[in-house]
Amino acid sequence: MKYFRTHVLVGINETSKQAGAEAFIKALKAELDTAGLKDEVNILETGPLSFFGKGICLTIYPDNVNYENVQKDDIIELVNEHFLKGRPVRRLMLESGTRFSPKFNYESRIVLRNSGIIDPESIDEYLGTGGYEAWEKALQMNPMDIVSEVKNSGLRGRGGAGFPTGLKWSFTAPIECEQKYVVVNADEGEPGTFKDRLIMEGDPHQLLEGIMICAKAVGATKSYIYIRGEYKLSIARLRKAIQQCYEYGLLGKNIFESGFDLDIDLKIGAGAYVCGEETALIESLEGNRGNPRWKPPFPGVKGLWGCPTIVNNVETLTNIPYIIKYGADGYRKFGTPDCPGTKVYTILGDVAYPGLCEADMGTTLRTIINDYAGGMKQGYRFKAALIGGAAGVILSDRLMDVKMDLNSLNQYAAVLGSGAILVMNENTSIVDMLWSILRFFRHESCGKCSPCRNGSQQLYDLITKIKKGQGTQDDLDNLLLIAETMQQTSFCALGQSPIMPIRSALDNFRDEFLALIKK
Amino acid sequence: MYQEIFSKYTPTKDNLIYILHDIQDNDPQHYISEEAVQAISEYLNIPSNHIYGVITFYSMYSTKPRGKNIIRLCESPHCYIKGSENILRKLKNALNVGIGETTKDKLFTLELCACLGVCGNAPVMMINDDVYGDLTEEKIDEILARLREVK
Repeated sequence: MKYFRTHVLVGINETSKQAGAEAFIKALKAELDTAGLKDEVNILETGPLSFFGKGICLTIYPDNVNYENVQKDDIIELVNEHFLKGRPVRRLMLESGTRFSPKFNYESRIVLRNSGIIDPESIDEYLGTGGYEAWEKALQMNPMDIVSEVKNSGLRGRGGAGFPTGLKWSFTAPIECEQKYVVVNADEGEPGTFKDRLIMEGDPHQLLEGIMICAKAVGATKSYIYIRGEYKLSIARLRKAIQQCYEYGLLGKNIFESGFDLDIDLKIGAGAYVCGEETALIESLEGNRGNPRWKPPFPGVKGLWGCPTIVNNVETLTNIPYIIKYGADGYRKFGTPDCPGTKVYTILGDVAYPGLCEADMGTTLRTIINDYAGGMKQGYRFKAALIGGAAGVILSDRLMDVKMDLNSLNQYAAVLGSGAILVMNENTSIVDMLWSILRFFRHESCGKCSPCRNGSQQLYDLITKIKKGQGTQDDLDNLLLIAETMQQTSFCALGQSPIMPIRSALDNFRDEFLALIKK
Repeated sequence: MYQEIFSKYTPTKDNLIYILHDIQDNDPQHYISEEAVQAISEYLNIPSNHIYGVITFYSMYSTKPRGKNIIRLCESPHCYIKGSENILRKLKNALNVGIGETTKDKLFTLELCACLGVCGNAPVMMINDDVYGDLTEEKIDEILARLREVK
């Protein structure tokens, strides 16, 4: 293998492509050639880097320097200064102008361990990091042993509800029937959430490996990945990864002479938030409107085309290879006893380094903002954080030390699943924010049940009235009353959710609403 | 034209979503016409009211002819607090259309959409298959000018 002194990681994602990343790489290669550095500096196209810089972003190893918004015109300076003389170009560095150095740590990473390090389009690089070893191990295991390993690991679903994954599998595994399915929920639609997109763009093979192990455990021979139509790059990368697996004999008939067959197929969604609900997703896969189904029977018993179906989130399945490889005990070293493992977050808003991070379950919000995101952006003060997207909660600074795990957050009725953290500064209007959230629910209600269909419209009308300064105390009370009624009577989680942002906004920032109320 | 698309899919109902995608992507006006619905109905042997139910349920499908470039601006909370309303006003003025309308020269259709999952670069919009992030009013002028030049 060729040895390089410097590695340039170029994050290829939707925005960097738009900024001309492909042409940039070409030009950089040509310039390195001219400077005679072709054999010393390696350019690597990779998935999302740990930070969200503007335009084209680079990470240089082993120097560990991050550049953002690099232009083609900067190439000559970069090559001459940094790659030839070893002097980083300060004006392009991400750290310029801020006081903190963020913690882009790779110590407690399971899901993102390869993301931003390997070339996501190369199966060989994934194999080089020990990829598909867990699949090999799982093929020799008894299915019920896989299920109990996952059960013992304490892994809980990362899609939002936090249901124990091993328990879900244990309902489906013993059923004897001709056909079972594994469906991957990659229809990420929660506003502010895109961790699944980054996982799929950064390391598609780890997800595929998780699917394979799940299929073996429950005895499914067919799997569908239901992915949003908007995620063009994820779709392309997954297609390529699946094709590579067939070429390497990791998928198909009689895999490695084990007698086990498995096919994985991509299914493209068509734009509906409610399809993130597992039964609505199944309806959509069958070619129907994405209206949720009555539960029970749960999909694990009767799902796609009436067959037992496991529906798991992308992040959940991406945890599986680690659990099988290192065992439940290895996995339990991360996180808290009740809630083992790690959680992937996307931190956005007025922080110094908006970005992607993976932290142990139970890490406090304060640590995540200060250590992983470098604290607040200079000149801004923390006012609130919206955790979990639209179906999330708005927390104030007095709740900064809340432990971020499924149990602790439950006390605040918060959801952690989506992993979205939106940090707002002191100038952000909470009323405005809530208005935007309720507009979203009004738009996305599928219309199947009346509490949600009518309720979401009523909530929108009330908050619009309050926002305009025409609201009354009664309107505030009605917001809560309607949302509570929706929570108790709606058919699925969508209609049961608006109470969370509303109650937390009113609990933590009631003064702001009162200030807008007509006296 | 439809037969060619149908030949790629077995006539089962679960292929409806993909056939609709395929037909819409290959239609010069990016929509699903009455004739298309009729043809799908015959091919899959399902009533056209079911097909209309599906088309109108999902936000990516349209039953109205649309322009060459479909602009989908995100209106979700994160883009909203980053100023997507200003971008919307700018787009409306620059194109002289309302939401859901197509310009007279059939070049642009303006639509709103829910979160595109590119919130790190809010405010964000998608034009056809491309994502445009960190939008400002000046950037809108540039982007529109560039797309007008493409023949």
